[in-house]
This record gives sequence, structure tokens and C-alpha cells, in this order.
Amino acid sequence: MDWHQDIFEILIKHKISIVAHVPDAGHGPLIQLCEAYDNMHTVTLTAEQDGVGLLSGAWAGGSKGVLLMQSSGVGNAINALALPNVCRIPFLTIVTMRGEWGEFIPWQVPMGQGTPKILEAMNVRVFRADTKEEIGVTVDAAADLAYNTRQSAAVLVSQRLIGAKQFKQGQKHA
Amino acid sequence: MLKRRPTVEFLLAGRSQNLFAVSGLGSSTWDLSATGDDRRNFCFNGVMGQAAPFALGLAIAQPTKQVVLITGDGEILMSLGILATIANVAPKNLCLLVLDNESYSETGGQPSATAGPTNLELIAKGCGFANTSTVHNDSELAALRKTLHAADELHFSNIKIATEELPLIFPHSFDGVTAINRFRDVAIACSD
Repeated sequence: MDWHQDIFEILIKHKISIVAHVPDAGHGPLIQLCEAYDNMHTVTLTAEQDGVGLLSGAWAGGSKGVLLMQSSGVGNAINALALPNVCRIPFLTIVTMRGEWGEFIPWQVPMGQGTPKILEAMNVRVFRADTKEEIGVTVDAAADLAYNTRQSAAVLVSQRLIGAKQFKQGQKHA
Repeated sequence: MLKRRPTVEFLLAGRSQNLFAVSGLGSSTWDLSATGDDRRNFCFNGVMGQAAPFALGLAIAQPTKQVVLITGDGEILMSLGILATIANVAPKNLCLLVLDNESYSETGGQPSATAGPTNLELIAKGCGFANTSTVHNDSELAALRKTLHAADELHFSNIKIATEELPLIFPHSFDGVTAINRFRDVAIACSD
């Protein structure tokens, strides 16, 4: 089964009703599944840090959410992560990784390599999925930890699993 | 020129049980606290730029409640992108109030962009807000209060206020867990 579908089913299992995201190719099929599902409210953000505040406010109103972003977005969100940390608001994010397995663009490397360290520095519990087989159980475990123990949890989806983006000079956008 | 504390007091006076207020860090939090402790208030004391996203999330999760953001020009300037996001989501139960003194009062009064050519109401309009206002005087403030209490449209208001040195009025607790727990209890409990 497609790994996006695995994540989607775990989000339903945890009654996640708000899906905030900055558009991302890696998360693309998952975002489409969430948009098509009546019981989920998807919000397209202009910057990842807004997702941290948005989901915190949603939790204050009794709703559970998830932030879908790319590893570069973790850099944008650093200071905002203090909000769920200081208030012990459950916070769940799923991060598609760049700058690691088979990366082509050097500009992606610094933030990609810094992502797990920065999340840990901001007191976010970091989980990692390298294969299709482990993505569902990993998101499930991270959601359990976030929402049962009121912690911040991130699942890093390996670039090995997503497939490194290939670039060829002169190619057209897909 | 309008003064910030009487302005906030006037806007929130006689608030319905259904009105929840979120304040941005610094002066706006002292202003909201000065109206008296209320469990329906959530006061930011950090994470500059996050009060507006928080208010949006609350408005989405509690569509039958009125959510009012009270923040400053400095805080909203830090995350202008959220105005585009809010205009696209367009929740009818959200009202954004910016207390604009054209300066960063918490850090010594340095001028903000609105002291120059920057116009926050035009930015909100450009982001897609259908209902906006800029408030300079008592009659415009009275009109804004009507809009706020009607609670039937998404609104952005830029309220021009004087720069003043005022005593700090602290919220009930600076502890985030205490603050969010007491706020969340009432936000969820009195659902219509």
C-alpha cells in the first residue's frame, strides 16, 4: 500500500481534524487525501511557523491537528516551537527530509542536516521512518506520544523513502 | 489621539459569554490584562508572530465562538503572511484588532514600518480581507465596537493609538501550562 495512505489512515485513527501545510511534493498525495476527506480541515500556510500557532490554537479549542512540512520549514518554525513547549500543548509534525539521501541541490543540505538537531534542541521528540513498512507505525507512535503525554513530536520521513528529487537541465516541470 | 487601554476596555465592555480574546506579547497583553482577569483571555508572553495563527486555529476549532485578536503593529508585521492565510480561510467568527502606535514600545519606542509608508489596512485588503477599517477617533471606534459585537464577519481593524508609557499589568500567570489549561477548559466547556 502507498505510504501516504498509511499516514492518512493513522491520522484518521487519531481523529486529526486540522491539517496545516506548506505545499510540498513529498507530502503531495497525503495533502490530496486530506483535502478530499470531509472530516479534515486543511489549511495552506505561507510559512511553516504559522502552523505551530494555528495547531496550538486549534488544540485550545478542542481539535487535534498535524503540520506537514519539508525539513527547510523546521528552520522557519524554530521560535514558534517554544509555544507548544512552554504550554505543553500536544504538537505533531511530519517532516519530509531534504538534504540527505541522494540530494542534488547543495542549498538543501545545511537545513536538512540540521533538522534533527534543531528539533531536539527545541525539546521535540524525534522519530524517523526510513522505509514504507515503518511509516505507519512510526506516525502512530509519534501521535500517541504527542497527544497522550502533551509533548511535541516530529516524524522525519527519510529522503530515501520519498525518493530524491532528480533535476535535469532544460527539463520541464512535471 | 486614542489611548490604548481605554480603547481595549471600550471594545470589550459588555462582551458576550461567547467572546474569546487572544493578545500578542508585550503591550497588548498588558492592555488585555488591565481589563481584568478573565478565563476567556489567552495572553501571549513570547513567540512573537504566533498570536494571529493561534487565534485562527481557535476560530476554526470553535466556529460558534467569537475570537478577537488584540495585538500590536510590531507583532503583526513579523508575520504578515498569516493575513493571506486568514483571508483565504475566511472564518466569520474572527476579528483582528491591531493597536498601531507606529513603534516598538517594549524595546524603547523605535519606529516600526507603519511610522513610514506602510499601511496595515491596505495590506489586509491586499491579502483578501473584504471587511477592514482604520480607526483614528471615538466615532470610528464606536463603529468598530458594533462590528466586533455583531460577530458576523471576518474583520481587520488597524487602530491608531498614542504612544504612552504605562504600568505593566501582568496576566493571571506567566506559566504557559496554567494559562492554556484554564483557557482551554472554558473554550471547550461552554460550546453552544
